[in-house]
Amino acid sequence: MKLFEYMGKELFAGYGLAVPRGSMATGPDEAASVAAGIGGEVVVKSQILSGKRGKGGGIKFASDPAQARQAAAAILGSTVQGLKVEMVLVEEKLSIDRELYLAITVDGSARKPVLIASASGGMDIEEVPEEDIVKYYIDPFIGLAPYAAREITRRLGLSGNQAKEMHGLLPTLYKIFLEKDAELVEINPLVISGDRLVAADAKVTIDDEALFRQQSLPRVEERTVAEKKAHALGLSYVELEGNIAVMANGAGITMGTLDTLQHYGGRPANFLDAGGGTGMEGTAKALEILLETNPRVILINIFGGITRCDDVANALVKVKNEIGIPVPVVIRLVGTNEEIGVGILKENGFEAYRSMSEAAAKAVEIANKN
Amino acid sequence: MAIIIDENTRVLVQGATGNQGRFHIRQMLAYGTKIVGGTSPGKAGQEVEGVPVYDNVFAAMEDHQVDASCLFIPAAGARDAAFEAIESGVRVVVIITEHIPVQDEIQIMAFARQKGATVIGPNTFGIVSSGRCKIGIPPNQFFIPGPVGVVARSGTLTYEIVGNLTANGIGQSTVAGLGGDRVVGLSFVDVLQRFEKDPETKAVVLVGEIGGNQEEEAARYIKKMTKPVVAYIAGKSAPPGKRMGHAGAIIERGKGTYQGKIEALSEAGASVATLPFEVPGIIKNLLG
Repeated sequence: MKLFEYMGKELFAGYGLAVPRGSMATGPDEAASVAAGIGGEVVVKSQILSGKRGKGGGIKFASDPAQARQAAAAILGSTVQGLKVEMVLVEEKLSIDRELYLAITVDGSARKPVLIASASGGMDIEEVPEEDIVKYYIDPFIGLAPYAAREITRRLGLSGNQAKEMHGLLPTLYKIFLEKDAELVEINPLVISGDRLVAADAKVTIDDEALFRQQSLPRVEERTVAEKKAHALGLSYVELEGNIAVMANGAGITMGTLDTLQHYGGRPANFLDAGGGTGMEGTAKALEILLETNPRVILINIFGGITRCDDVANALVKVKNEIGIPVPVVIRLVGTNEEIGVGILKENGFEAYRSMSEAAAKAVEIANKN
Repeated sequence: MAIIIDENTRVLVQGATGNQGRFHIRQMLAYGTKIVGGTSPGKAGQEVEGVPVYDNVFAAMEDHQVDASCLFIPAAGARDAAFEAIESGVRVVVIITEHIPVQDEIQIMAFARQKGATVIGPNTFGIVSSGRCKIGIPPNQFFIPGPVGVVARSGTLTYEIVGNLTANGIGQSTVAGLGGDRVVGLSFVDVLQRFEKDPETKAVVLVGEIGGNQEEEAARYIKKMTKPVVAYIAGKSAPPGKRMGHAGAIIERGKGTYQGKIEALSEAGASVATLPFEVPGIIKNLLG
């Protein structure tokens, strides 16, 4: 779950980290009044879940409340990076001496949290050469100890009061990462303004699997309507752009099915991993979600040993008879009692196969007709 | 030989009395796995399919030698259960559970490393030593003993590929599921190293997917291997930034792409299958 910038900054402030003075605004007048409260030059920033706001006109500077009003009016309601802007953050414009990059994230390969820091802040971290990046792997049993904070600070070339600030900031950042079950806590840029280290931006992503124990965090919904519905049913769903709706049992096999469709010239409309559940209700609900994407054809790929194919077939037939499926369905069914299952399906007007390549090719043929 | 588990492995099932636990204990016993006990707090003295149930791992190990445990524990309690197994001295901990918070996974791996335990998973189907021992949930009928080692991040897709191999008369030595999460115990490299040393394994099938850099790491090791590797990578059609079911299956900031993995594996000398059903044909050619 990604947090908006303003939420990340609220979190930081709660832990005592310095953030720019500012407030949210949902209208141009509000933006003007926030700017007046701050005094001086401000920056008006769209609050959307995308990294590249500046490029889409999502960040504007304003030297007085009137300009802030104009900037907000231009940004609010507009679309930046494909996302509709509904809120802006109006903040003091910082006087910048230096910009650093700081982040803590999960390194899957090391199986540890990793702190990534660079003296080249304010730019894409992917473009910073390796030798300018400091990486420190955090042992979960030790945490980010004072000696480590001092060494990282030294390597960033900080000294004096700035260094002292950093010695405190780094363990606090890790504390946030740990206590909020974050997958990513990123400050880019961390602005050095005199002796202050100020988080000019805040990108915080919370581990979805830990939300059950993070009740006090706000909820940010990034999913589409269909993805939300599927999630509520315990299904894994991703919206894509094609016209062949897909359902399979297992994430890997669903990806494999999409790949196979593409290979044959088809365009998948979605990814839907129905998991092991292929009972009547589950199947009906999953099909409902698929039909809402208005596909030309539905491809179902069930490969199982525990899954009983005659059960799956009967569930599909029941759905067809009771609710109706207005779109051709191609189904590939392998598992216990597969011959019986395929037989039941064929008798009821489904295109049923035991081979994945044949089923995929058929689905593409149907989708690409006229 | 066999890697990690064999016909002598004594298995403890943690979470033995839930639906999943009961069902899979039955399946594992049918496969021939030596399940010595199960755990379920408060249910000591009960039995599941003739297997004695204990309150916890410590209690079970008072009565039995346990080489491996299999966890059917809900995500919120999985870290605690894994810690208990590791502290008790269980050498192989197979975590079937999905949706475990990543911070918990990090801690489990750190503790396992400290104690010298091997974790398989989480979010895995488990591991099968063909004809000898199955720890986990893959359907029994797809496996036959043979010369191909299989190591995979996904479940059903692997059953598909293994089922295909079996249908073509090509059996498997060991089939290991790494799991779909971002932080897992055994990695591709860990398993490849073991396959390379295993006299029964003559060739390896690697089933990968987008996200992370396990396949790229594996490629570095594959360069040194004497045994041939056939790889299939799922997710060619996946858009960047979207999690495709598995927590670890996501292309982020240009990393973990299909293209990157294919290139690394090809350069390392692995044969790359474009579609899953091509795997048996390629293996047949390689084994001669």
